[in-house]
Amino acid sequence: MDWDWIVRNLDDIGQRTLEHVLLTVIAVAVGFVLSFGLALLVRRYRWLTAPIIGVSGVLYAIPSLALFAFLVPFTGIQNPLTAEIALVSYTILILLRNILAGLGGVPADVIEAANGMGFTPWERLWRVELPVALPVIVAGLRIATVTIVGLVTVTALIGINSLGSLIIDIGYRRFFLTATIVGSVGAIGLAVAADRGFVILQDALTPWARRRGGA
Amino acid sequence: MQDASGAVVAFEHVTKRYGGPDSAPAVDDLSLTVPAGEICVLVGPSGCGKTTSMKMVNRLIEPTSGRITINGDDVVSLPAVELRRRIGYVIQQVGLFPHLTVGQNVEVVPRLLRWKPKRMRERSDELLELIGLEPAGYRDRYPNELSGGERQRVGVARALAADPPVMLMDEPFGAVDPIRRERLQNEFLRLQARLRKTIIFVTHDVDEAIKMADRIAILRKGGILAQYDTPAAILANPASEFVERFVGADRGLKRLSLARVRELDHIEPVIVRAGEDRAEIRRRLDRVEELTYALLVDDDNRPLGWIDQGDLTGDGAIDPGAATPGAPTVQPETTLRDALSALLGSSVQLGVVVDDRERVLGLVSVDAIGERLRAPVRAADGELHRVGELGA
Repeated sequence: MDWDWIVRNLDDIGQRTLEHVLLTVIAVAVGFVLSFGLALLVRRYRWLTAPIIGVSGVLYAIPSLALFAFLVPFTGIQNPLTAEIALVSYTILILLRNILAGLGGVPADVIEAANGMGFTPWERLWRVELPVALPVIVAGLRIATVTIVGLVTVTALIGINSLGSLIIDIGYRRFFLTATIVGSVGAIGLAVAADRGFVILQDALTPWARRRGGA
Repeated sequence: MQDASGAVVAFEHVTKRYGGPDSAPAVDDLSLTVPAGEICVLVGPSGCGKTTSMKMVNRLIEPTSGRITINGDDVVSLPAVELRRRIGYVIQQVGLFPHLTVGQNVEVVPRLLRWKPKRMRERSDELLELIGLEPAGYRDRYPNELSGGERQRVGVARALAADPPVMLMDEPFGAVDPIRRERLQNEFLRLQARLRKTIIFVTHDVDEAIKMADRIAILRKGGILAQYDTPAAILANPASEFVERFVGADRGLKRLSLARVRELDHIEPVIVRAGEDRAEIRRRLDRVEELTYALLVDDDNRPLGWIDQGDLTGDGAIDPGAATPGAPTVQPETTLRDALSALLGSSVQLGVVVDDRERVLGLVSVDAIGERLRAPVRAADGELHRVGELGA
């Protein structure tokens, strides 16, 4: 372990960490917006469920390396867009499934009460269904984020900077173990932090799901 | 609360088919008028269209033909969403919003109607008070922190929030156990006596229909109205063999459901509290010929158990442990039928009439119920019936 190297390159390591976080946040955020749109589409047109879930499942199943290799001729190497297209496509299956499961899990009596009391479909979605589905949706965000933190390291292969660059460009190509360890520990640390962060967020957003029992 | 705040609800030749014009109707040419401030119970076997009929009032289901009016206005004259905000809606599974507190649940419709926060808050506190849930202790709880009965009451408060003239109730007490159901029914009847809403109430339970209804609409399979009348008139003169069978072979016993405990002459109990002198209690019991039991109560006047005259030997203070626990309690709104069944199940065969806070109001005996069977009953249609003479 070359502690001296770590100290000398602290700025770079910090920079790579920041880039890693940014790549993850963009991928999950864009993935969430797309999944949300797709979920609304599927609710409106039920017959789209199977094809959309099917396509996102196929995207999810493609090995990340193959997907990068496929995209590079179109969007180019060292282009963050190449990385994000691939990363986003991996979030969709997880997020879409959880959004649909969350909305589908809203009890029928709650929906009926909302209709009977005069909610418009839009009010019902925003004020009742989404809040009730929130724990399941946040659980999806949690899994997706942890998955993407791991996948971002692979984007170093197409020249995108992240903690993965430490592992691949320095650790692997120059046989420098310390960089591999720093990159890996950093990525694991980010994944754990994201995981904990979502647990705290969920507790804060859904106090009603936490408190049980009582009177 | 003003009286008779309800509105007249009228079905005019209402038909609903779920399939094409040749399909069997779910509701077939239904015409009936519910007077303002009355409870109309729709009852019948499954597939009789009772829930469909109810849901056409707030347009959760649209009729195929015919029309429904509220105070003369066709329900289609308003957009469905606006109409529904003016009609209270209570369902069996309650459907409280799990992510909102009790207070916020009650304020749901006022919020849709964009009331000012202060007015919403005052209204929800007022309603929680009305249904017997202390606002300070309940308004910030979540539904999963409530018992089944409490949830059901919050459901009723939520439906009342915007003071709608008409309420729709779909098996509202169907999911609670029989003892709590009886209490909730009584509570609701007390509430209705003050509010005088027009209520359309769906149930499959004939006993509940007889107890709750000012008028009962009995529907048969295919959505055909078999009879629409007061409970007393239906029990006395079933319009068809179907109604007779549906109401049941024990019509005689069911007639007991037409009268309430409050109509009986109550017996004044000999009330004792822990620590009272035995000799004194003996003297008081001796003065009342029809009682051989004294009623032990707590400091809030709630019944604890019976003390047998035979056990009151010797002197000194009464021992609360000597009381026979489990005095059956009934409420003024309890039907004589339910009261009789509660009384027959206990060894003492005296029922303690209690108010909504369980405080003693008086006693009723099996004999008094028997006597009532032979006395005339003023039925909901205003005519005097002798219960023993009702029916075939």
